[in-house]
Amino acid sequence: MVLLIVGFVAFSMFNFVGDPIDNLLGQERTLEDVERLRAQLGLDKPFFVQYWAFISNAMEGNFGMSYRQGRPVAEIIAERAPATLELALVSAVFALVLGVMLGIFTAIKRDGFIANFIMTTSLVGVSLPTFLIGILLIYIFSVELGWLPSFGRGEVVDIGFWSTGFLTSSGRLSLILPAITLGLFQMTLIMRLVRSEMLEVLRQDYIRFARARGLSEKSINFRHALKNTLVPVITVTGLQLGSIIAFAIITETVFQWPGVGLLFINAVQFVDIPVMAAYLMLISVMFVTINLLVDILYVAIDPRLRS
Amino acid sequence: MTLLDIKNLSVDFPSRDKIFKAVSNASLTVQAGEIHGLVGESGAGKSTIGAAIMGLIERPGYISGGEITFKEELTSGLDADAMRELRGKKISMIFQDPLTSLNPLLTVGDQLIETIQTHLGFNKKQALARAHELLVRVGIHDADARLDQYPHQFSGGMRQRVVIALALCSEPDVIVADEPTTALDVAVQAQILELIRDLTIERQVGVILITHDMGVIADTTDRVTVMYMGEVVETGTTEEIMGRPQHEYTKSLISAVPRPQIKLRRFSQVSYGGRDTRFAIEELVRNWPQSNNDPNKPLLSVSNITKKFPLARSIIPSRSTWLTAVDDVSFDIMPGEVFGVVGESGSGKSTVARMISGLYQLNGGQVTFDGNIVSDPSDKEAQARFRREIQMIFQDPYSSLNPRMRVADIIAEPIRHHKTMSGSDVKYRVHELLEQVGLGAAVEKKYPHEFSGGQRQRISIARALATQPRFLICDEPTSALDVSIQAQILNILKDLQEHLGLTMLFISHDLPVVRQMCDRVAVMQKGKVLELQDTESLFANPKTNYTRELLDLMPHLKGLSEEGLEVL
Repeated sequence: MVLLIVGFVAFSMFNFVGDPIDNLLGQERTLEDVERLRAQLGLDKPFFVQYWAFISNAMEGNFGMSYRQGRPVAEIIAERAPATLELALVSAVFALVLGVMLGIFTAIKRDGFIANFIMTTSLVGVSLPTFLIGILLIYIFSVELGWLPSFGRGEVVDIGFWSTGFLTSSGRLSLILPAITLGLFQMTLIMRLVRSEMLEVLRQDYIRFARARGLSEKSINFRHALKNTLVPVITVTGLQLGSIIAFAIITETVFQWPGVGLLFINAVQFVDIPVMAAYLMLISVMFVTINLLVDILYVAIDPRLRS
Repeated sequence: MTLLDIKNLSVDFPSRDKIFKAVSNASLTVQAGEIHGLVGESGAGKSTIGAAIMGLIERPGYISGGEITFKEELTSGLDADAMRELRGKKISMIFQDPLTSLNPLLTVGDQLIETIQTHLGFNKKQALARAHELLVRVGIHDADARLDQYPHQFSGGMRQRVVIALALCSEPDVIVADEPTTALDVAVQAQILELIRDLTIERQVGVILITHDMGVIADTTDRVTVMYMGEVVETGTTEEIMGRPQHEYTKSLISAVPRPQIKLRRFSQVSYGGRDTRFAIEELVRNWPQSNNDPNKPLLSVSNITKKFPLARSIIPSRSTWLTAVDDVSFDIMPGEVFGVVGESGSGKSTVARMISGLYQLNGGQVTFDGNIVSDPSDKEAQARFRREIQMIFQDPYSSLNPRMRVADIIAEPIRHHKTMSGSDVKYRVHELLEQVGLGAAVEKKYPHEFSGGQRQRISIARALATQPRFLICDEPTSALDVSIQAQILNILKDLQEHLGLTMLFISHDLPVVRQMCDRVAVMQKGKVLELQDTESLFANPKTNYTRELLDLMPHLKGLSEEGLEVL
């Protein structure tokens, strides 16, 4: 259902981005050429017929041919997806692990100097836009210090259809800066969320009762409090992880990362409708999947939802 | 043997500009095998003493003087690790609300086993066996299945039993029970108190029972300490304190307790400390419109009303399951009468109130007010007229006032809604009402959080009186209040009924209060009215077994001093 609507919105938008024919044929075109190509691509048919053709083809995994590259879209995306997914995975892990850990830390030591320092600096992460962080990181670590590469994926190794950067040292080094750039905002957000939830939970009666029973601080904080903290955190985190993939566009542009985000930007420039449509569908599939996972996780954590 | 000895304990809470003395110079002792009651009104510092014993005073509070000795060892001033050793192991605590004191995400078994393992060094199997044993001891019989369940699968009383089992895990010598039965129904309360009594004698533990409820004190404790504003005013055996109180505060506190056996004309006010505020009934009478009720016809009658709530919805109507909260209920309320509805939680008494006031739509039956049917949602005009004539006073004065609105706006809201007055008249009326309920017109710019519970309930009353209604619905109007404040509010309600001829529907689970307030009483159970009688005959000769049980479960308050009461 969600997918159908996204497809519909995406499709109706394409009527306004420009006429792909202009870009496909050069300056020296005849009216006949235009008509012929239009008929060949099916662009002369009414909107709903086009939409229906797109949906039914997409069901079979056929997203059509890229106008610009003349290759099947599915193939292009499959080629680019590993780069984006690896980047998203690394930055999601970075955001989650660091975010949750720092959140717990700042909640437990809420008046400590270090906790206050972390909270203050985290404001930077929330308020700076992604591209600026990317550029700053490139300036510091690539231009000034020269430690890390400033663009691209480095060397990649092909394993079947998947090309990975994890196996070479240049691939791993290239991942660091984009992953931090992409994950920093999510990390600070998760951290602040975990902190405020945790503070709330620590005030609850069952925590006081756990203390009164003489349980150790470790058990109270990590067994009793953390689990209760996670329930609301998961919702937001789930949506945020979805947006890591969706908003990889900016990071990929800054770092010239050869992923689907960059592909999409290029497609927009050339009005490559099939690529854009496929990309948007892909993103919405991911959002739906993540939301499903979030709901399943909910039930796994909270027994009250099981009855 | 003296288990716990508290000497001259003081606890301070420093704030920016002053130090709040939560407890000053309090002393008490607890013997093995005795229940020591700690009674006082909210803010008296009784819970702070409990927290001090446990070493759990919330920051920035600290013990500023005195000492706590446990089995001849000094415990105040121990460091955090040593205190944790003591907590749970030697001293346990039971909290007020069993709903919130168990971790909702862990099974009951997990929580028990963890606590047992922490204190007794058992392996998992031994701990499980002990957990099972404890559950059986606190009266949970299908313990095997219950161990794997989560707290939300238990009822309130069962949960409190689990909490008690948790407190017993480490075989403590002293148990601090902070309002252990306040959140429970009367029947369940009696069972839990009995369990605590039995355990005290069986295991020879010392129990500190913190409560504001004189009934619990009189029926359960061996010794009592009465606290007022952080100080101990009197201490002694329960018999002495209840029967022959010496201190003025204790006397006035005891005289404010609603009695189950005798009906009083008015409650005597707690006059100690000069907290009594005037309620200007005469002025209110002067401006009140004369009622032209026919004294022989019911003002409000409810016939065969039914309310069902969906438990599980289904597209096929026959497959949905419903909870019938109110089942074919009928009664008439005569003009000027106070009509009581009593029952345990879940009996449907609050639902009846909401159906009458139109907050819930009826699934069957009808409500007639002053001869007109007012329960038909399509008759907007009749409903609007009816709503001016009835007002509600709710149980919780904290959540029934919008915290973002000023007092003046809260009171003016019903007048403005019904558009019966111009702007300047509204302002004048609000001032008048504030004066009349004893708050004074000067408070109009304040927000609800600046008031105490009793003052808030006065604001609720002023709001209810704003449209000059003929009918008041009071849904547990005093169950969230201290006994002295309760006496004030109930007196106000009595005045309203007596002088303004207001008719009232009075909903309560508190039988002694109902006896003092109501002319006739309906007893509800599982959505049905079991019996309906004059108050006096209901208390003297209950017709059903259920009512008899409820009456038996009331605190008996035997031997309570009757000094200063106006017996009717």
